[in-house]
Amino acid sequence: MKVSLEPMVQGAQRTEFLIPIIPTAITQPVTAPPAAPVETPKIIELIKTDFKYPVFQYPGSIAEVQLGATKSEGGSRGRVYKIGGSTALPFWRFDGVSPHLPVVALDTFDLAPPLARPVKDAYKDVLEDPVAWAKLCIDKYGADLPSIHLVSTDPGVKNTSATDAAKLVENVLQAVDTPVIVGGSGNPQKDMEVFNKIAEVTKGEHLVFSSVTTDMDIEKTVKPMIQYNHDLVALAFMDINQARELCRKSQEAGLPRTQLILDNTTGGLGYGIEYSFSIFQRTRFAALMGEEVFQVPLSSASTNAWAAREAWQKPEVLAPSESAAPVESWGPRELRGPIWEATTALVLSLCGAELFMMMHPLAVKLFRDFGTLVAKSQLQKTLKEIHPENWVTMKT
Amino acid sequence: MSFAAKLVEDRTLAEKCTPLFTEPKYKEKLKKYVEVIRPPVKTIQVGVGDNSVNVGGKVVMFRHDLTWHNPTPLALDIHDEMEDAVMMEKVKFVNDFKFARIGADLKLDMIAVRSVSGSPEKFCRTVSRVSQLTEKPLILCSYNSEALEEALLAVGAKRPLIYAVTRENWREVGQLALKYKCPIVVSAPGDLSTLKSLAKTLREGYGIDDIVLDPGTYVEGDSLAETLSNFAALRRAAVENGDFDVGYPLMGIPATVWLSPDKDEISTKLRESIVSSLLMSMYADLLVLHSLDVWVMLSSIVWRQSVYTDPRTPPSVKPGIYEIGKPDENAPLLVTGNFALTYFLVKEDINKLKDPAWLLVADSEATSIESAVAGRKFTTEKMLDGIKTSGIMNKIKHKSIIIPGYAARLSGELEDGLKDWKVLVGPRDSSAIKDFVEKVWKKEIYGEELVKATLPTESKKPS
Repeated sequence: MKVSLEPMVQGAQRTEFLIPIIPTAITQPVTAPPAAPVETPKIIELIKTDFKYPVFQYPGSIAEVQLGATKSEGGSRGRVYKIGGSTALPFWRFDGVSPHLPVVALDTFDLAPPLARPVKDAYKDVLEDPVAWAKLCIDKYGADLPSIHLVSTDPGVKNTSATDAAKLVENVLQAVDTPVIVGGSGNPQKDMEVFNKIAEVTKGEHLVFSSVTTDMDIEKTVKPMIQYNHDLVALAFMDINQARELCRKSQEAGLPRTQLILDNTTGGLGYGIEYSFSIFQRTRFAALMGEEVFQVPLSSASTNAWAAREAWQKPEVLAPSESAAPVESWGPRELRGPIWEATTALVLSLCGAELFMMMHPLAVKLFRDFGTLVAKSQLQKTLKEIHPENWVTMKT
Repeated sequence: MSFAAKLVEDRTLAEKCTPLFTEPKYKEKLKKYVEVIRPPVKTIQVGVGDNSVNVGGKVVMFRHDLTWHNPTPLALDIHDEMEDAVMMEKVKFVNDFKFARIGADLKLDMIAVRSVSGSPEKFCRTVSRVSQLTEKPLILCSYNSEALEEALLAVGAKRPLIYAVTRENWREVGQLALKYKCPIVVSAPGDLSTLKSLAKTLREGYGIDDIVLDPGTYVEGDSLAETLSNFAALRRAAVENGDFDVGYPLMGIPATVWLSPDKDEISTKLRESIVSSLLMSMYADLLVLHSLDVWVMLSSIVWRQSVYTDPRTPPSVKPGIYEIGKPDENAPLLVTGNFALTYFLVKEDINKLKDPAWLLVADSEATSIESAVAGRKFTTEKMLDGIKTSGIMNKIKHKSIIIPGYAARLSGELEDGLKDWKVLVGPRDSSAIKDFVEKVWKKEIYGEELVKATLPTESKKPS
């Protein structure tokens, strides 16, 4: 069976996916309801009362961070984006509506890691060519920007030099007119060296470097970001104190909040997402309540959702052997995986995340259909024109 | 005192204090107690007996402030014009669905029966039939009081949830809730003032207090934004502003996506799936779904299991040595972390081995291996500590240990710490343990020729 997506970019082709078709509750006993009058109640008119939206004005607001810089701003990007700037929690429309749409990056790698089959299929022609990979993400799959993860720079992998890594990033910048997220290898020492070099040669482009962690020299990592005008993601591991320390130290080292983004770590759906849900909520809520160090946009590596078995396993493996539901009902991973990734991203967008690193094109499509509602100040239809009550008599 | 302390910390239930509930002399006290502990969002029981479900009972806006109680029950819908075979299939699906995950059986909870025909007799026939086929609580869906009453005559004693009281029918349907002592949904899509007025009228005028609120599940176009916003508004009004009139559970109906279906069925199902998880995140205490596909509801089922865990006690198991089967000195030794999900998955996968094995659970502070390694919570020291304190060194002869693929970068350090031991880097996902132990570890330890450790087929590995 074929699923066909409308192009997300003008002039681009439709995207088609081939979908293989294969044959505790807390028991709290409820107390008895208050004694109901047995005779016919005397009330004959509705007791009219108003529901007042419980508006709350938070004392704090989130800094606005720009991704990318145009020629006149000192860079060379055709497209730039802004995130942040919100004064309320997402979808609490009566408190306020986010000023900006969420921004979606698709992940690319200078050395392809093992990928789940549905993801691999989407990129199979470009896995060896990061520049073509980044271009594909923008031109065909409608990402706002690519993230290029320089995993090969790890001394334990290929130890690619900072100069070579910088060349690759420059080539990507030639190939696309969007900003770029530059991801490190996770090796603290090497990342500092690589970031420093790339920040220098891409001076003024306002790229996003991902990421600074507590085991890096924060001052040293932050310095080139200030000097060459780039953004930096602070990555904390689901630990609010660590997040606070990273944000504080980065800001004390001179990085303005308009260049800082916080990533609290994303646990995939069913694999720790509830920790992320709560930590993202806590950091955002604290920011809105006035804790200045947290007043920065939040980002999520929703790609992590693919670690979940429910995302990538074949239905015949995932379905329990004694499953009452037929195997085909567990659905192809080409659908389950994108749902998993999009749900992970959307759940965190409800907590205020605004920059998403993702992998699967269908997940991006699903995410955008819902995630962009966050910045809708005016709805197309009034609720009066829609009749959800008719669900009762639906013939389907 | 310790019982009281536990009660305050929300770690036990008042119902465990049996005399308060059974002895007549405590009747007044019980009444007072019930008033005092009434949560800002009332708990509504639907159904009777073992299969009854509790809806709502929420105390906080944010789960990190305490915990969210009463995992959102999931209902599937059927209607009175369905072919019998189709209906039976759907009921059976709800009855039998089970997904074992992290030591729990995840299930579906309710069946919503809709009156499509408009005929009270037909509705009653369908409801009676479903009631015979399932023990799960029912939601009786019609705006017609005659149809509802016909159905209640048949199944009213089983405490179904009546859907719904509206601005038009509240007098008649309100009477039914009284007469049959059943919980009731107040429905006023898009009009929260009417919703509140109806709930207030039922409680103050009729003495009805078992109420569920349906503020309308709008999904067409961009209207979902308003739906989510309304759910948030009602919850804040109840929990933070103490608005008693809306202090009831919220009902979300992702099934409404089928009122505006896409050209292809799959797209509509995708929407249903996502809407359902979003509503659950935004305070829906009860959801009605439509599609009979596991893949459509699985994300909500798993999200429900996650978000309703108690954030104060992350699901974990005790670090130490676990015997899978009856392992001897030749059985393999594997190590993993103490996050409950990790443990259950790994244990299940080791069970698939032909032979028994030793499983060392090292303290990873109840986080998954991937994040625990990155966050320095799963370390060489912790593994060494586990190996040394457990006495496993004297229980095995082969002097080798298999560590998780995500902990590969700790292998060197661990080898240094274990001197003449062999440290093998296993697969990233434990589903490949069987292949690894049988094809790599056995050859490495007992095989004639030493082969380079190769990971099993890539299609089995996640990214």
